[in-house]
Amino acid sequence: MDVKRTVDAVWRMESARLIAGLARMTHDVGLAEELAQDALVSALEQWPQSGVPDNPGAWLMAVAKRRAIDLFRRNAVLERKIVELGHALPEAEDFAFEPDHIEDDLLRLVFISCHPVLPTQSRVALTLRLLGGLSTEEIARAFLAQEPTVAQRIVRAKKSLVGVPFEPPAASERPERLASVLEVIYLIFNEGYSATAGDDWIRPSLCEEAMRLGRILAGLMPDEPEVHGLVALMELQASRLRARTGPDGQPILLLDQNRALWDRVLIKRGRTALERAAKLGGTLGPYGLQAAIAACHARALTAGETDWAQIADIYEQLAKLMPTPVIELNRAVAVSMAFGPQTALEIVEPLAESLSDYHPFHVVRGDLLAKLGRVADARSSFARAAELTRNTRERDVLLERARTGR
Amino acid sequence: MRVMVLIKADERAEAGELPDQKYLEAMLNYNEELVKAGVLLAGEGLAPTSRGKRVRFKDGRTTVIDGPFTETKELLAGYWLWQVRSMEEAVEWVKRIPVPEGYEQEEGVVEIREVFEPEEFGDTMTPEMQEKDRQWRSAGNQ
Repeated sequence: MDVKRTVDAVWRMESARLIAGLARMTHDVGLAEELAQDALVSALEQWPQSGVPDNPGAWLMAVAKRRAIDLFRRNAVLERKIVELGHALPEAEDFAFEPDHIEDDLLRLVFISCHPVLPTQSRVALTLRLLGGLSTEEIARAFLAQEPTVAQRIVRAKKSLVGVPFEPPAASERPERLASVLEVIYLIFNEGYSATAGDDWIRPSLCEEAMRLGRILAGLMPDEPEVHGLVALMELQASRLRARTGPDGQPILLLDQNRALWDRVLIKRGRTALERAAKLGGTLGPYGLQAAIAACHARALTAGETDWAQIADIYEQLAKLMPTPVIELNRAVAVSMAFGPQTALEIVEPLAESLSDYHPFHVVRGDLLAKLGRVADARSSFARAAELTRNTRERDVLLERARTGR
Repeated sequence: MRVMVLIKADERAEAGELPDQKYLEAMLNYNEELVKAGVLLAGEGLAPTSRGKRVRFKDGRTTVIDGPFTETKELLAGYWLWQVRSMEEAVEWVKRIPVPEGYEQEEGVVEIREVFEPEEFGDTMTPEMQEKDRQWRSAGNQ
């Protein structure tokens, strides 16, 4: 087997733990990553001859530690910096292998990669780099960005983190810091979810990467309901990945999907994660509630069996936590399915001003008006939606509906 | 990508011999490691084939055969479903499966098989064939 590919695989498995452990010792995430990268280079040089060691993680750690100790001995500036930061200089024994620390260290690495001092895009790039073990080139390809841009972003992020303590957030900051971590993971997931058939394979693989990060996080913070909520949401959404596009790559709406193509393993995992979130007590958060909606759809064997009243009810809870017009619009769709178009239209009309440029608003409004037999009003709603959409295929459909009012 | 990791049975497993506590503990730790790495999707251990059946299809008829089956090398003792980034990663994980004490000298085989992703048929299947595949899948799953 190709040793280079094996080294890559080992790197992706071990790098986060390696960097996390080194960051605790050096108090510098950027330096920790460089040391880990140096160890990777050594592996690439030596393993083709020596073979892959039995415990490759420990091998990489030993090499990186040796480099770290050399560096500190030789580099007076670095020494001074560490002392100024109020830390003791690391000694050889500080670099002893401490498996008990690993989970704490990983959690710190998660929080620091998603630190609020960084712009969101940098949090995403750093998380994929430090926790996912992706190369800069892979991150650039996945986000359709230029490699130098992403490299710059990572360099700047690492600079911004110099002096930021490698500590878990204080209790008072924890909810906000956790929200940032969850947001970053969900952003990665959605970037993968939005990939289309012709894209580079690495884009859809972002979904798997995000799910993996979510599951790792659930292991590190088993008592946080929203972590399980996010995992549940991602597993349930991913369960429909195969069903959401037709043979020609055209999108298929949820209610028109062939449910036999939904992935039962992921549905089961999603529902289990949702149960864990619910069991942890309290009410579900935004991720948990969105997962609960996805679970309602997953439970229905046919679109006709969907429990719309329950979905409308969950949307109402969600709207209380996140009072946005788009969530109200979604609630209206569920209400329409459960209680009829007139009730739904009463929710939709007040949104006209805030969603005037949002084409799904006009589609939903047109649908409701058409169902109520108000053909002229429906036609003008569909016409407005057709003006606003940028998808040509959808525009054709909407223009046809604008013509017929149905 | 997903892989199915198939653990081949040996004579002890086929005899219904259960692993000792020490081995079970090592296995539980290993499974926990897989979960914490976000790799493990599903998995089960299988009872010996003495508790299994085979159904043979031939000439438009079916015949039911009772276990146990004799060709030990072909039999399975358990499986995992993993999500990994590459076959190389799967191999690295398999290499870490704990070997029970007293089993070091015995031969054991674990087979790693890639799970087909439907997209993989994308280029070779015509739209009509894909539609047929979909119908077949839905018929099979309902």
